[in-house]
Amino acid sequence: MTMQRLFAPVTLALVLIFLIGPFLVIVAASFSAGDTLAFPPQGLSFKWILKVFTVESFRQSFVTSMFLAIGGTFAALLLGIPASYAMSRYKLPFAETVRGVVSAPIIVPGIIVGLALLRYFVVPIGLSITLALFLAHTALVLPYAVRVVSASLNNLRSDIEEAAVLLGSSRLGAFFRVVLPNIRGGILSAFILGFVTSFNQVPVSLFLSGPGVRTLPVDMLGYMEIVFDPSIAALSALLAFLSVGIVFAAERFLGFSRYV
Amino acid sequence: MSDTSYLSLDKLTLSYGKTVAVKDLDLDIRKGELLALLGPSGCGKTTTMRSIAGLMMPTGGHIRLDGVDITRVAANRRAVGLVFQSYALFPHLSVFENVAFGLKLKGLRGAELDRKVDAGLKSVGLADFSARRTPELSGGQQQRVALARAMVMEPKVLLLDEPLSNLDARLRLEMRTELQRVQKESGVTMIFVTHDQIEALALADRIVVMKSGAIEQIGAPEEIYNHPASRFVADFVGFENIFEIRNGNLVTPEGEVVLPGTLPQAAGLAWRPRAVLLGSGPWSARVRGISFAGGTREYVLDTPLGIIKAEVDASLPAHAIGTDVVFDLPVENAAVLKRFG
Repeated sequence: MTMQRLFAPVTLALVLIFLIGPFLVIVAASFSAGDTLAFPPQGLSFKWILKVFTVESFRQSFVTSMFLAIGGTFAALLLGIPASYAMSRYKLPFAETVRGVVSAPIIVPGIIVGLALLRYFVVPIGLSITLALFLAHTALVLPYAVRVVSASLNNLRSDIEEAAVLLGSSRLGAFFRVVLPNIRGGILSAFILGFVTSFNQVPVSLFLSGPGVRTLPVDMLGYMEIVFDPSIAALSALLAFLSVGIVFAAERFLGFSRYV
Repeated sequence: MSDTSYLSLDKLTLSYGKTVAVKDLDLDIRKGELLALLGPSGCGKTTTMRSIAGLMMPTGGHIRLDGVDITRVAANRRAVGLVFQSYALFPHLSVFENVAFGLKLKGLRGAELDRKVDAGLKSVGLADFSARRTPELSGGQQQRVALARAMVMEPKVLLLDEPLSNLDARLRLEMRTELQRVQKESGVTMIFVTHDQIEALALADRIVVMKSGAIEQIGAPEEIYNHPASRFVADFVGFENIFEIRNGNLVTPEGEVVLPGTLPQAAGLAWRPRAVLLGSGPWSARVRGISFAGGTREYVLDTPLGIIKAEVDASLPAHAIGTDVVFDLPVENAAVLKRFG
């Protein structure tokens, strides 16, 4: 009896440790006073956290990653919302094919996507690295945009658009006045998913990094190959907090929970 | 097109690919009329309604409203209102904002907007609900909001798609009265689509019975109820015993039968269960089923004419299952069918 009663809380504790444990290790390691990445941390100091802000390449790649995550996700939503709308409201020929093609970037391994983009797209055309990264990230995020927004649209009755039209709105006006406000939750979810996917993307970005242009995760990998100090833990911890902060801010300002 | 016609459909045709949903439909509707389009699903009634609203483009024919050909006029410029079966309220807007939606698009602002919306909500008895969110309302309240939202636009024609079918029995009676009152007060021309003959009979000034994309019969409720023109209409309004007439004889599953007396010149005869006389008459039958329906008893009879359904006063002595009874189908009680289609 007691065994059974203990089972649930113990399982819960184990799962929580499994999920949050690595994060706690990283956070603890980033406060280390020692010179190498270690756990438990040796001593206590803020010097590695402060050092993160002084590394020039981190600053640059952070800006690149933010630009790609925000810009790429926005671009994917600009393409994905109309595409989802068309697929959910009209009987399009090849709709299933389009859905499949759109999903390809999350199904095909990133290494292959990256290599193929580099070898057959970037090099022959001579695209700039930044543009290539931007296009690649947009494509990588597009599946999330289409899937999540489609789910929202399929839950929304299409007769409210007809109701809006009969009350004097144009078709386009009806989309902005009654469709968009009702799929805000889906758009926001797609944005968060897309942002996180893009920001944490490594394999594709690895192939498309060039002189002076690197995403933050790729830069961190490169840094660790040369230097093995706790600043990498400090940066990881900062990024984790940043992600949490962005999710909270998005929920707060875009009213996520109000519409789900 | 007659002179009194306010809304007229002239050879309206609508087909998707090879399927013809509505074919050469002619219909004249008077101003201020409460008209029902009645028929089973797939009869074209919804397609007809959506064409009037402009949500579907006819493939042929014309629609004229108040003297203007609106066949090609966009849905948002027709001044036609529609109360959807699902109500189609905007879930992200409050009750007030739902009703204000169309008025705002017309350019109304401030005090005038508030006044019109409040008046609209008051007229459907929802004056205290303006701040509520629509998903919190009951089905009946949602429908009132939808009605107010359409009516504040002062439409020339108000269309209602199955207005009573989503409501429970008590609300249905209430809403029926409400719709009639709104129609009388505003004088708006109302057309509603329904598959339920009771709704149509109770609410409409005139009923249009549709079948396979064409009009089967047009008439006042009493006329449709008592004098169906065809087998289809008779069946639809509750005639259970319907027979074709061939060579002056009644055609039954057991063969042609000679009825006593002369039959009227007609394609068929139909008797409601109430019109069957039980206890006297030339025919004998065996009781196969009986059910008590409050004021009456309903019998299913095995007869030389096939299965006959009869309904008699419950105050009369009951006939048990398996016993033999005699009955009559008085020709003077029958509805005379002009067509047997």
